[in-house]
Amino acid sequence: MSSFHNLQELRHSASLANKVFIQRDYSEGTTCRFQTKFPSELESRIERTLFEDTVKTLNNFYAEAEKIGGQSYLEGCLACATAYLIFLCMETRYEKVLKKIAKYIQEQNEKIYAPRGLLITDPIERGMRVIEISIYEDRGSSGSSSGSSSVSDSTAR
Amino acid sequence: MKNCEYQQIDPRALSVSPLSAQNPAETKAQRPRRKWEAFPGKNRFFCDGRLILARQNGVLPLTLGLIVVTSGLFFAFDCPFLVEHLTVCIPVIGGLLFLFVVASLLRTSFTDPGILPRATAEEAADIERQIDTSGSSTYRPPPRTKEILINQQVVKLKYCFTCKMFRPPRTSHCSLCDNCVERFDHHCPWVGNCVGKRNYRYFYSFIISLSFLTSFIFGCVVTHITLRKWGSSGLDSSLCTVVELVICFFSIWSILGLSGFHTYLVASNLTTNEDIKGSWSSKRGAEESGNPYSYSNILTNCCVTLCGPMPPSLIDRRGFLAPDEGIPVASASEIELPPFTPKSEANMCTQSTKDVLERMLRSSDFHGLCPSGTPKTSPLVPEVPGAPPAAKPPVSSGCSRQLAHGAVVDPCPPFSKSIRRDSLHSINPAFRLASPSPTLSRSVLVVGDGPDVGFPPQH
Repeated sequence: MSSFHNLQELRHSASLANKVFIQRDYSEGTTCRFQTKFPSELESRIERTLFEDTVKTLNNFYAEAEKIGGQSYLEGCLACATAYLIFLCMETRYEKVLKKIAKYIQEQNEKIYAPRGLLITDPIERGMRVIEISIYEDRGSSGSSSGSSSVSDSTAR
Repeated sequence: MKNCEYQQIDPRALSVSPLSAQNPAETKAQRPRRKWEAFPGKNRFFCDGRLILARQNGVLPLTLGLIVVTSGLFFAFDCPFLVEHLTVCIPVIGGLLFLFVVASLLRTSFTDPGILPRATAEEAADIERQIDTSGSSTYRPPPRTKEILINQQVVKLKYCFTCKMFRPPRTSHCSLCDNCVERFDHHCPWVGNCVGKRNYRYFYSFIISLSFLTSFIFGCVVTHITLRKWGSSGLDSSLCTVVELVICFFSIWSILGLSGFHTYLVASNLTTNEDIKGSWSSKRGAEESGNPYSYSNILTNCCVTLCGPMPPSLIDRRGFLAPDEGIPVASASEIELPPFTPKSEANMCTQSTKDVLERMLRSSDFHGLCPSGTPKTSPLVPEVPGAPPAAKPPVSSGCSRQLAHGAVVDPCPPFSKSIRRDSLHSINPAFRLASPSPTLSRSVLVVGDGPDVGFPPQH
């Protein structure tokens, strides 16, 4: 788990400068989707395409979890027929997809975001409201200028 | 003056550090607390967080009692006669119905209805930054709304002051449970819980099966009485039968009415809340009712509401709290205070925080430096102790305060919570007084990021 150690090292050696929140996109209803708009705070940190890919993949995962179709109806009817006791022994499809999402986010963090000093928090830990991206500054370097510049941008607002 | 502020903080740091050394030992000796023990809403938890109920659940035992007593009397007094004279299927059907009703009721009562966890401090601060509100000196700023487009229909999202977030569409804040609940239908006292996204199907199956059960018992009791009258034997145990008759008769009307009403709601993909408020009925546009969530098909509406995928619980009830965090979210209140710090120090703490933050904002000398030990797992502990959400940026100000007294997690959050919940509102306007802006009660935010939308694709 050396890559995990890298993430831990990121947290220990770097310092938190800012957090960006990607909000939900409700244009298609109440299904879980996040906005793919690229936040300005990340402009200097990561390429737009990488970010958009991550968010689009997450959106696809959530769409798959919430898809209404044959399998979800079957699951619902089976659950109703067993007086919902079947959920005590069976994992719902949503939970399976959530596990996939957690793995995907960990992988993205290790491969793409941690090397750039960023960290994505799984939306499930924020009540599925936001994707929280933490921006870290390297404590050793004087790169706190970019941190404070993003910070002073918000103060100027 | 700066030294003064830092000196105010230092004694607390000094008093904290030996105790923080003691604390880990204490917490190791104590069992790790689960998140449900620090849950901010008015709920009760059972089975170590597996079951959740509203705090005001006085009527649930009554509901259970009525069902059990009526069914019990039915099985005891009517079934023997009916088995003898009619068929053995009657108690079997009755038994199955009874089990289904009780299972649905318990599932409805003890399932998390779709409670949204409260926003973390950073999230609340981020939202505050995005809102342009006036610098009024009232405690509560004017209600904030955000307009978004859902399926090309304008929907207003309201800001929840308790949970510090814009409520997603169809979400409402239940005042009895003090939680925002997704797809909030209503708070049912009979069931002792809110009815929301996650337990609506259980509630619906409860009332439908209960209608069947009451009708079944009513029919059987009437048959029993009729057969007995025609038969020769006298009416012994007539009191129990009469009791059953009365209970069933009166409950049938209300239960059948409720079932019918909820069937209508399911077919048109509405919630009780929306129906009562008339959210969509006033808009007589091209669509039949202007409900942006409704599919064009009644069957699809039913299937989606009742057989749709089961969303997970968003409040992690059984997760463990990290030993150094008192609460998982910043806006919680009414949790027991750590024993070593009196409240007067907390007052000082909040005041000095405010002063320090003001100075920090004016000076250009702040870095986003945080002690490394604070974030443990990926959900970062809110490091903004008592920081007003309007402070820009709150994270680094809070962190620079932590820097002032060394690498110790600021113990302010646990004991200044109850002050902070009110002070967050009062501090906010105070900060905004410096830069008056025109009164804007809402900011119109049109989110039309996706491709052109019609009705959601039906797979």
